[in-house]
Amino acid sequence: METRHIGRPVTRNEDPRLLTGRALFVDDVSLPGMLHAAVLRSPHAHAEIRSLDAAAARARAGVVAVVTAEDLGEFWKPGPLLVPPPPIAGMTFRQRCQVPLARGIVRHVGEPVALVVAESRYIAEDALADIAVDYAPLPAVGDLEAALAPDAPRVHADLPDNIAAEVRQAKGDYAAARARAAHLVRRRFRYDRGASIPMETRGIVAAWDAKADRLTVWDTTQAPVVIRNGLAAMLGLSEGQVRVIAPFIGGGFGPKMMMFYPEEMLVPWIALRLARPVKWIEDRLEHFFATTHERGQIHEAELALDAEGRILGVRDEFLMDTGAYDPYGLTVPLNSQCTLLNCYDIPAYESRFRAVFTNRTLVSPYRGAGRQHGIFVIERLLDAAARELGLDRVEIRRRNLIPPGRFPYRNEIIFQDFAPLTYDSGNYAPILDKALAAIGYHRFLAEEQPRARAEGRHLGIGVVCYVEGTGIGPYEGAKVRVQASGKVTLATGIGTQGQGHYTAFAQVVAEQLGVEARDVEVTTGDTDQFDWGVGTFASRGAVVAGAAAHEAAKAVRAKVLKAAAEHFECAEEDLVLGNGKVSIAGVPERAIALGELARLANPLRGAVKPGTEPGLEATRYFGPEMGATAAGVHAMVLEMDAETLRPSILRYVVVHDCGTVLNPLILAGQIHGGVAQGIGNAFFERLAWAEDGQLLNASLADYLLPTALDVPRMELDHTVTPSPLNPLGTKGAGEGGAIPVGALFAQAIEDALDLPARGIEITEIPLSPCRLWEIAQGHG
Amino acid sequence: MSGRVAIAVTVNGTTHRREVEPRLLLSDFLRHELGLTGTHVGCEHGVCGACTIRLDGAPVRSCLIFAVQADGRAIATVEGLAPAPGRLSVLQQAFQDAHGLQCGYCTPGILMTISAFLEDNPEPTEEEVRHALSGTLCRCTGYQHIVDAVLLAARRLQGG
Repeated sequence: METRHIGRPVTRNEDPRLLTGRALFVDDVSLPGMLHAAVLRSPHAHAEIRSLDAAAARARAGVVAVVTAEDLGEFWKPGPLLVPPPPIAGMTFRQRCQVPLARGIVRHVGEPVALVVAESRYIAEDALADIAVDYAPLPAVGDLEAALAPDAPRVHADLPDNIAAEVRQAKGDYAAARARAAHLVRRRFRYDRGASIPMETRGIVAAWDAKADRLTVWDTTQAPVVIRNGLAAMLGLSEGQVRVIAPFIGGGFGPKMMMFYPEEMLVPWIALRLARPVKWIEDRLEHFFATTHERGQIHEAELALDAEGRILGVRDEFLMDTGAYDPYGLTVPLNSQCTLLNCYDIPAYESRFRAVFTNRTLVSPYRGAGRQHGIFVIERLLDAAARELGLDRVEIRRRNLIPPGRFPYRNEIIFQDFAPLTYDSGNYAPILDKALAAIGYHRFLAEEQPRARAEGRHLGIGVVCYVEGTGIGPYEGAKVRVQASGKVTLATGIGTQGQGHYTAFAQVVAEQLGVEARDVEVTTGDTDQFDWGVGTFASRGAVVAGAAAHEAAKAVRAKVLKAAAEHFECAEEDLVLGNGKVSIAGVPERAIALGELARLANPLRGAVKPGTEPGLEATRYFGPEMGATAAGVHAMVLEMDAETLRPSILRYVVVHDCGTVLNPLILAGQIHGGVAQGIGNAFFERLAWAEDGQLLNASLADYLLPTALDVPRMELDHTVTPSPLNPLGTKGAGEGGAIPVGALFAQAIEDALDLPARGIEITEIPLSPCRLWEIAQGHG
Repeated sequence: MSGRVAIAVTVNGTTHRREVEPRLLLSDFLRHELGLTGTHVGCEHGVCGACTIRLDGAPVRSCLIFAVQADGRAIATVEGLAPAPGRLSVLQQAFQDAHGLQCGYCTPGILMTISAFLEDNPEPTEEEVRHALSGTLCRCTGYQHIVDAVLLAARRLQGG
């Protein structure tokens, strides 16, 4: 290889556009004659709609249309089940997908009831207030356990109860493991997660071009190809008649994957009917009710150990709040169920979960996507076990790590990608060792903590392990082309929300073609450029689309070498690619530019040999047989203010292994951002619900995101255990930063306040100063 | 639609005259009347800072004031930061070099906030930078690379 691009901290190709205000986001789309939509939403968590009168709204000057469920005709039907449940024997899954507009019953605050389209957003919002809806409130389902009571109100009256799904999975024989255990640890845990809150809310612009017979849709989606295919089917158009563009997206983190939102169905439908472009942009208040959350789980878990602290087995039973509808299937609870096994050699596992319908906003994956919950349970159980067995908490983890010789390690149960959960590769002890060395674990416990205690300061340390299932299939594709200018283009179907795809994929292509990464122009998320693919989720972009880009670039490289060999009448082995040229090895003056070769490969006269494709272009697809498993350790030293119970993070160390690193600068950014969201989840962000299903803190003034003062400087290190599942050896890194932080906070705060000495443990997330005060008083 | 008010607002050195509804937010005026879509709207209640512009030099949240309040005043937006097309300012370049942005949605507001901050405090400490950033929310970066970018820009502006 003449040059090396992969692994270098290349600064990003996309940044100049973003830094100068030239990048196109969905709300920046402005079209002649464009109308603006606003959505009337349910103010009740659960209610019957007795009547709806939109006459005054329709009569308002500037209003073009008011759409209710009745107006939708045959278009009114529940949206698709996006992720069907995997084939697990004996499971129950009750599909109840959201509808474009509520008819008869509303099932959560914020559920769309009517759509107003007007000449301006201001007028459209005025008209929302003109619509009179007579609601008869019904009792709401909120609390997860109360939802299962025999006399609980039902979210879906046609179901016998509020159970959306029930899944049991097992590995080995837990009963036998329990019978021979020297020690059992049993605990109840509650782990709540909040909202992803991308800085850009959702939005959609749809325009029907009657002359071209084509619909163009700009959508803040993480999955433009899937939206294109779905819209074509719903609207009775061919796929070629629909173009979906996911331009620059202001953060996604999972919930922008949750196609189809009602607005994603309604706005294209009305744009087609009116034959005028229509824009809808979610405001922040709507975002809190109408964009999916991740939320609570309650676990009852038991850990069986031998006398030396080796895990014999785990049994876990949990409930999960899935909200009012379940179009995203079981991805979140399956991730919890699988990730609980973490990086440990656990021979026996018995797990059952029930997903529960509630009168709350829908739940779908948000960065980590249920993995946090599983990690919290196993890591907290190990902390308790270490204490009860008199072992160091790091030592009990070390004793249970899967040894490096055991990979691929088969966990037997089914993962969210429908494949048996198998860890492709891993070497966990060096990660733990590096983290301990970096944080100074033993010195802290022996010297720093006692010294601080003597000074009346409350310092604590935490060390937590995690795995991250990443890079799942089914597939992605990429098309690479050398242009006559010598620049190279790459198109792929996934969307991008800040992950640096324009740069990381450019590096992958540059590596093969001997050009600069700056000279590779990447297009993501435009179905006119590439329309096969699934989307950006599950930390799979760099792994799956990156591998497809690699394969496509390799194929173009082969074409380049063949064309140059014919040009120079030499053997391909004698050629060298570099600096945008192909030259004969040792004779640098005999060179031809890639652009010139591209021109020669696309002649205007003469004959192209049979079987030859024009140009220097290739399209390739990559589908891994299963996901790649990344791993890491987070370690933290924090100081607690004993009066206010406010933590200050003094040190934060991340050691991470995601296989081959494409771009360390981008990787660091992914980890930093993940940790920040983890800190938000652990200590700042709580969705506060009233009993009647109202969300009490639906603003950024009340729902607290971490600021630059709350997120500490992080110290990062890596180990590299390549994945055998893809040609680059990469594993995903998008979510790892966020996964272990709750467990880490719990351990470090317990340590700082010496809570276990008083028989108090932290068994829940999120925390806050006032909740910690209650826990420390024994009101856990 | 009645009661429109004539205003003249100078944005990045160009004076724009328009008749606007009194209730039109300055952020919507900039984005949708003038087409200056580099200024982003993140919360519409003054918390996130994404819509920050400079009004007569001071960083201001454009979602919290009306366009009519900007009548006769001078506004600077992210579109005016670069010295020339195809070039970046020292601050913008530092953000690229330090990977101080991911999705880039909060970035214009942060650039406008920090451009004012560095004029007031050309040699800030990390702690001071973090305080200056604490009124703007970023959901992608965890702030570390933003802090690095601001410190890098300050050093370069000081000739270091």
